[in-house]
Amino acid sequence: MDQFTINLLFVGASFALYIGIAIWARAGSTSEFYAAGRGVHPVTNGMATAADWMSAASFISMAGLIAFTGYDNSSFLMGWTGGYVLLALLLAPYLRKFGKFTVSEFIGDRFYSQTARIVAVICLIVASTTYVIGQMTGVGVAFGRFLEVDNTTGLLIGAAVVFAYAVFGGMKGVTYTQVAQYIVLIMAYTIPAIFISLQLTGTPIPALGLFGEHAASGEPLLAKLDAIVTDLGFNEYTAHHADTFNMVLFTLSLMIGTAGLPHVIMRFFTVPKVSDARWSAGWALVFIALLYLTAPAVGAMARLNISEMMWPNGGISGEAVTVEQIETEERYDWMKTWQKTGLLNWEDKNGDGKIQYYNDKSEAMQAMAAEKGWTGNELTKFNRDILVLANPEIANLPGWVIGLVAAGGLAAALSTAAGLLLAISSAVSHDLIKGAINPQISEKGELLSARIAMAVAIVVATYLGLNPPGFAAQTVALAFGLAAASIFPALMMGIFSTKINNTGAVAGMIAGISVTLLYIFLHKGWFFVPGTNSFTDADPLLGTVKSTSFGAIGAAINFAVAYTVSGMTKPLPAEIKELVESVRVPRGAGAAQNK
Amino acid sequence: MADNSSNDAYWSANLRIIMISLVIWAIVSFGFGILLRPMLSGIAVGGTDLGFWFAQQGSIIVFLILIFNYAFRMNKLDREHGVDEE
Repeated sequence: MDQFTINLLFVGASFALYIGIAIWARAGSTSEFYAAGRGVHPVTNGMATAADWMSAASFISMAGLIAFTGYDNSSFLMGWTGGYVLLALLLAPYLRKFGKFTVSEFIGDRFYSQTARIVAVICLIVASTTYVIGQMTGVGVAFGRFLEVDNTTGLLIGAAVVFAYAVFGGMKGVTYTQVAQYIVLIMAYTIPAIFISLQLTGTPIPALGLFGEHAASGEPLLAKLDAIVTDLGFNEYTAHHADTFNMVLFTLSLMIGTAGLPHVIMRFFTVPKVSDARWSAGWALVFIALLYLTAPAVGAMARLNISEMMWPNGGISGEAVTVEQIETEERYDWMKTWQKTGLLNWEDKNGDGKIQYYNDKSEAMQAMAAEKGWTGNELTKFNRDILVLANPEIANLPGWVIGLVAAGGLAAALSTAAGLLLAISSAVSHDLIKGAINPQISEKGELLSARIAMAVAIVVATYLGLNPPGFAAQTVALAFGLAAASIFPALMMGIFSTKINNTGAVAGMIAGISVTLLYIFLHKGWFFVPGTNSFTDADPLLGTVKSTSFGAIGAAINFAVAYTVSGMTKPLPAEIKELVESVRVPRGAGAAQNK
Repeated sequence: MADNSSNDAYWSANLRIIMISLVIWAIVSFGFGILLRPMLSGIAVGGTDLGFWFAQQGSIIVFLILIFNYAFRMNKLDREHGVDEE
């Protein structure tokens, strides 16, 4: 059986499973649609949250970013897990006690203001939509590659599948589908990593292998990797090169953004009790950590494998791989496969029949190159996003592992897209239509409008995914920055302060989100139109603060403005103080009312 | 709220646990993982130093411990102050 058929089998079987679950768990009532009837066990909920949270960015992209940068990209690892501590301690139990369905409903009630609710809905829709566009683009690329169709067809197939289970299933369908997706994606991530860890270090646990011994040389794996990459003129893998202040700020932005993204927060409305909400955040992080503890090992080991493949005769002092080897030897097949996608390429610039891979920006390497007659790095293109998907092929693993990885990458992208769509649809139907436009709407009408909103969101996201303005990474950064600067501070102050009033909260959210948007647009172009930017991330407006790191500053502005404005305006009414008091104690949580 | 003094004691106990947890949260990630890494460079771990381990693995493990510890302590505190869900 050829690789294409195997991929098709794995992807097809996993999809049949998701759709089957969605049909089996079809939602009947509004409460079931949004929050699965609050009957989801904390462990189940944790697993679904993990699938929801780990998108194409975590699965496909993160290990590649770490592999080619090393220590400096540890921000992703700490940022995307550390946010769960904030969620578990500062938000989840209180929001569950409050017992409504959506994030903006809490903000509207706590700040006794329809304006606050609508501002929150807008922040939420903007953050979720930008995030989902990135996911849909990822869905398109992954489908296109593994089904060997073009990007557009891949995206349309993916959109149809998301539509099927998100629209017809609602949260309950999504919850159980996401449990299945988690299982597929974690197997797809860890199985190849275990094989590779065994090959390189003899340890079946990749996280231990990373700090273990490189079997072939007897040196510690990371010491070996440091030596190889510095020989090729690259930065030492384990050393700190990035700007420290920006690294701290970027990590903090990812953490706050995690705790402010509505599709993750919503998950904690679905557990039966307040105490379960606390456990649930922990279980979510357990399931996320399985991937996040594996990712740095995947990155380091892949970097080592690739470097050794390019210099198979004893490193840079030996001879580089020959063009003939790449074209004829089976272990270099992956290079030919990925060359077809245009994401990997090489060129024998000096015509010596060999492909020299080294850092041609390093001065020491330029001197060596002049001596040896090299005319620049000949591995001309290596897109970081292909690393995880290509990894099983690089390590020469069996065909079924490659098929599994294909299914896993799609599971990661689709599960996040579905969760985000649910957050968008409930914001529109529950907060905008039922909450503001037509409070008399029937339960059936609300459910229908939720499904229509979801369908519209899929169409919009698919359309924007079809014509990506070339900003997938920026889109994700924008989503995090916006969530960090708007939703998280409002929620936290709503629970922990009895001073912040309606005017303060609204002013804080508007200030936080607009300053963050402004900073991003100044660096990435207005509405991401290329060439309209006034600054670049290489030379940012404020010192070393990149636009991706600005979310933390936006959050600080939100807090400061809300506090100042509240101090100048009327204090909270007594009944809101009572509401805050009651949110703080678990007793009397019960089932949520749908007012 | 019938018994406000007990609720106040419950809330300040909760805040204390949160504060301590967040201090640890910041020390392992921003501290050991980034800012204090030079101080830990003398402690070797598998071919590199302890700061690298905290940045890529240690902080995640500590985050897990913090969340489960918080859930355990708070669920106990709920019962002690009689504010748990019956």
